[in-house]
Amino acid sequence: MASEAGQQHPLGIYYKVWALLFVVSLFSYLVDFFEVQGAMRWTLVLTFMLIKAGFIVAIFMHAVWERMALVLTILGPPLVLLLLIGFMAVEGNYTEEARFNYMGHDRDAVALTPSQVHGEGAEEAH
Amino acid sequence: MSEAAVAANNPAQGMDGLVDDWSADKQAYHVPWGKAMMWIFLVSDTFIFTCFLVGYLHVRMTTTEPWPLQGEIFALSFFGSDPIPLILIAIMTFVLITSSGTMAMAVNYGYRKDKAKTFWLICATALFGAMFVGMQAFEWSKLIAEGVRPWGNPFGAPQFGSIFFMVTGFHGLHVSIGVIYLLWVAFRVKRGYYDKKGFEIVEIAGLYWHFVDLVWVFIFAFFYLL
Repeated sequence: MASEAGQQHPLGIYYKVWALLFVVSLFSYLVDFFEVQGAMRWTLVLTFMLIKAGFIVAIFMHAVWERMALVLTILGPPLVLLLLIGFMAVEGNYTEEARFNYMGHDRDAVALTPSQVHGEGAEEAH
Repeated sequence: MSEAAVAANNPAQGMDGLVDDWSADKQAYHVPWGKAMMWIFLVSDTFIFTCFLVGYLHVRMTTTEPWPLQGEIFALSFFGSDPIPLILIAIMTFVLITSSGTMAMAVNYGYRKDKAKTFWLICATALFGAMFVGMQAFEWSKLIAEGVRPWGNPFGAPQFGSIFFMVTGFHGLHVSIGVIYLLWVAFRVKRGYYDKKGFEIVEIAGLYWHFVDLVWVFIFAFFYLL
């Protein structure tokens, strides 16, 4: 039985995944740093997120080496959450449109930055 | 050797293994019970965090006020430089990944019964976790000083504050509890408490710690980057 030996694997694979997580995190930070916007930003951020999440669960949490009964217990139930996300996105979209179309909310409102709120040079005053 | 004994020694893999493990009245999970329970706890925790993130998704979609610009709000300047967008969050991310790495090593050395290395690696993990919480406290006080409250903020949609404090607060609580849990395990390892019982507990604590890192991966993407 695998459990009696425990989850023992060569150290090399941990080093590799560790390095990979660093590099992928750096990439997702660079997406923000270079101000990639729109569909490209979503694609890159979500791809890097899924790569990181996948390697953490698979290697660091040893899911690839576990038996199918345990793996499906872990990964199966959360799949229903995708349905929740989908439903809430559809519903949220509807609510927002209703607020714009029937309640007179401003479609073109723009967020303020900290320097606009506190005035130039306010950061140094802290 | 009887047929049953042969089957017990060579459990089927994949889907056949799934059917075997769930059929007849027998043990389904061939792992220490503590590990199975930790996984089930983590699955339930996944649902809690997902509910928070779905709440965030819905609130952000439905609010007609503009969402504050995270890059500007989480920018930080060093020694009078221009503010670097999101730099503190990036450092926090790297600190947490580093701690996940040291935890993975601790699990590995635990199974090798190298108690000294395991102890110090768990302590390093806890130290990185404490650093993370410290930086989060700094981030919170900076935002509070700028007027961000759970019910409003000067930059845009008031829901930004409530989501920020709730999600990062709940994650920070997990990290803080994790630090205490890890230190407790570390000192028990050092005192030889697990010499006879086996070192699965290090892997179980590791599962919790990697989960905390995993949740941060999603918060980093959805709350800070998108």
